[in-house]
Amino acid sequence: MRVILCNFQYYFKPIIMQNYKLHINGKERSVAADADTPLLWVLRDELNLVGTKFGCGIAQCGACTVHIDGVATRSCQMQVSSLDNLIITTIEGLSEDGNHPVQQAWKEIDVPQCGYCQSGQIMTAAAFLEEHKNPSEEEIRKAMNGNICRCASYNRIEKAVKVAAEKMA
Amino acid sequence: MKPQNKNNLSRRNFLKTSILASGGMLIGFNLITACKPEAVMPVDIKKLNFNDFNAFIKISDEGYVTIFSPNPEIGQGVKTSMPMIIAEELDVDWNKVNVVQGALDSNNFKRQMAGGSQSIRFGWNALRETGATAKQMLINAAAVKWNVTASTCKASKGFIINKNGDKLSYGEVAKDAALLEVPEDVHLKKIKDFTIIGQEIVNVDIDKIITGEPLFGLDYKSEGMLYASVLRPPSFGQKLESFDATEAKKVTGVIDVITIGEKARNQIRSGKSNWTFKLSNTDKIVVIATNTWAAFKGKKALSAIWVTDTKLESTEDHDKILTKVLDGEKQKVRREDGDIQKAFLKADRIIEKTYNSPFLPHNCMEPMNFYANVTPEKVHLVGPIQTPKLTASIVADMLGYDVDKVTLEMTRMGGGFGRRLYGDFVYEAAEISNAIKKPVKLISSREDDMTTGIYRPAIKYRIKASIKDGKVTGYHLKEAAINGNMYGLLPNFFPAGCIPNYKVESANYRGNITTGAWRAPYTNFLAFAEQSFFDELASELNIDTIQLRLDLLQNVKGSTDKRIQYSGQRMEDTIKLVREKANWGKTEPGVYQGFSAYYSHNTHVAEIAEIELKDGFPVIKKVIVAVDCGVVVNPTGARNQVEGGVIDGIGHAMYADLSFKDGKPSHKNFNTYRLIRMQETPKVEVHFVENELSPTGLGEPGLPPAGGAVANAINAALGKRMYSQPFIKELKKSRVLG
Repeated sequence: MRVILCNFQYYFKPIIMQNYKLHINGKERSVAADADTPLLWVLRDELNLVGTKFGCGIAQCGACTVHIDGVATRSCQMQVSSLDNLIITTIEGLSEDGNHPVQQAWKEIDVPQCGYCQSGQIMTAAAFLEEHKNPSEEEIRKAMNGNICRCASYNRIEKAVKVAAEKMA
Repeated sequence: MKPQNKNNLSRRNFLKTSILASGGMLIGFNLITACKPEAVMPVDIKKLNFNDFNAFIKISDEGYVTIFSPNPEIGQGVKTSMPMIIAEELDVDWNKVNVVQGALDSNNFKRQMAGGSQSIRFGWNALRETGATAKQMLINAAAVKWNVTASTCKASKGFIINKNGDKLSYGEVAKDAALLEVPEDVHLKKIKDFTIIGQEIVNVDIDKIITGEPLFGLDYKSEGMLYASVLRPPSFGQKLESFDATEAKKVTGVIDVITIGEKARNQIRSGKSNWTFKLSNTDKIVVIATNTWAAFKGKKALSAIWVTDTKLESTEDHDKILTKVLDGEKQKVRREDGDIQKAFLKADRIIEKTYNSPFLPHNCMEPMNFYANVTPEKVHLVGPIQTPKLTASIVADMLGYDVDKVTLEMTRMGGGFGRRLYGDFVYEAAEISNAIKKPVKLISSREDDMTTGIYRPAIKYRIKASIKDGKVTGYHLKEAAINGNMYGLLPNFFPAGCIPNYKVESANYRGNITTGAWRAPYTNFLAFAEQSFFDELASELNIDTIQLRLDLLQNVKGSTDKRIQYSGQRMEDTIKLVREKANWGKTEPGVYQGFSAYYSHNTHVAEIAEIELKDGFPVIKKVIVAVDCGVVVNPTGARNQVEGGVIDGIGHAMYADLSFKDGKPSHKNFNTYRLIRMQETPKVEVHFVENELSPTGLGEPGLPPAGGAVANAINAALGKRMYSQPFIKELKKSRVLG
């Protein structure tokens, strides 16, 4: 339990938050947060892992995708209090220095335009390719359908997933 | 006497060099001034200082080149393509070039703006001359060192070589070069000698993007920063009356609840507001918290009473009103050729159609956000904005600071699409920080963005054409829009100059739904209406739809009308290229093609969409695109822009719909608002017309023709014309879809 005293203008009150231990990118991290805080905001606001993006807050766009025990998961829907003993991987922890085959494929194909959605796209693709070694075009399109790219770089995403699959084979 | 050369004079005034403390050379130039050769510049170069420049090239004594790219990056690729142009003329190895977003303060970076696909078009000559001038200075410095005449030396890939075979690197002479006068004589490369321009250069931010490094406004943080969430009226036409923050203040992490709006409204009241002042007519409630989640939760816990200030508008009303506007006589004539009335009187046949578009939110993936830290001494602003200079000056005025006390840092932007031209959220962030005396980050939720937006306005077009002896003799287009009307140049786009009797008129209805620029303003829908209409006209005339366009284009060739914006020849070449590449009219059974061509933002584009039917449902399989944008600077980036524009255009034409009921938008988030996703995405094949003309923009021009190409393909497949967007609604109505 941690108590933060906050003296702010005319308003004064103690903020009481629970402490949570999270396994993120191979490290154990401790955060003080309200129990219902989504993992997304814990990552971004408390742990400075801002590669995981906020897009819709209702699991419709995929910008906030992380891996939880290897499964692509919308971090905006995972409350911090529900993550006990689960292994979390974010875009920052996907590889040592951006050398995951999916990241390399993204670079090779020059996928991004604005780039905002791409970490979510990469995380979705990386989890998908762990399960599908030689995916068809249709399987790729289905797997990636939950991730919105407002710049519509979809065809390059599809191509990059194919290239990544070849690299991983 | 030496002949005066205008270009040389202007170059001397936009360039200045200096020695770097660390060794090497710094070249400052003012891109904006350089882009306007007609502008009169102060002649006394000594009075200029580096604050007058908005772009820099740094050449280190190791020969590494850093280019500070001045224009905001919203995903259109200028952060890569503009430095490529400099590096080309500088003749340096691209591997030795590092590109940095300009040091980002409005004092040093004047008049940066992204919008209208104009960055490359305006920058082309200036960037080339800058690179060439720097190269010439390096050559001159080497020549002095060798004691030879500069004309006997050559530069290539970062080295200067003389006739004796001596070689010096740029780094070795950079410091000396900085002391030389800016040369009057520089030679630009021949386009065929380009080695960087035309190469596939990967986005310079790629490594940061794929590893999730902080890049965007939402990623920015400072010590002690608080988070703010703003509650605005739920319906357009409402204002805040009162609110109760008791429950909101109970939320863990919520620090305070305040109201803002006074400062922005003062600007409006005192007549100092401008076109960027949108959504500023009411007080707003702000929840201040220690983290984003608490700010969002606090906002949900607020209860507020809103009063209706002006009429609450609904789409149903808009529809009737816009029809009335179309029927009315109070239209403003935007262009008129010949005698349109006579053409209709003499016509064998008259065809008239009306096209309807809904409002559209921008839906940038990165929701609106901005950081502000207002202290008694200065104002520090950081975030994604397409108009940094203008926004900073407005904040200065609003809060009563000198403009040089306001610093605005630009971040990469998670999409713009026109939304970030308007600084409303920056004004809000500044007002909040000013009130709480703390650094603060304003963060919009998706719901905030979608329901309190600055929308693409709902518009109706009515197009009427007369046919006489199998020829189109008259063309009359009327526009009725909510709030704004098409901008000045549009009536001079195709088919202006192609049809002897021609009239374009527009009128609007001033409503209270906030509207503004949306990717390819007006043309994003006008192109669909017009290109659908010509397709129908071709059917009526019983001629090939492409042939009809080509026949009409012959009439504008050689026209002396300076108002005409497009080129008949370039449009013809573009159309012929797409016709050939798509194998027009010779598809396999079950594949239906639709054609559309449109000139906008100085670029000519023609598209052919291919549709197949699956259980009677039209599935868009492929779009073949031909583009004339002059020299293609970075083909991979250029194709990316066109592919994105085409799919964006199709997605919005097919699915996007925002209607209003009593001032309230019909959608809040992506669970009901449909954006195109990967499974609906067609393949896009892009072909560029090869020429040596100056490059033009690509962020927008791919989009406008896309809707028409799909609509015409749907007609080819189903014999059903699309008159309204989104098409999915039309298809449902006609029971193509269950």
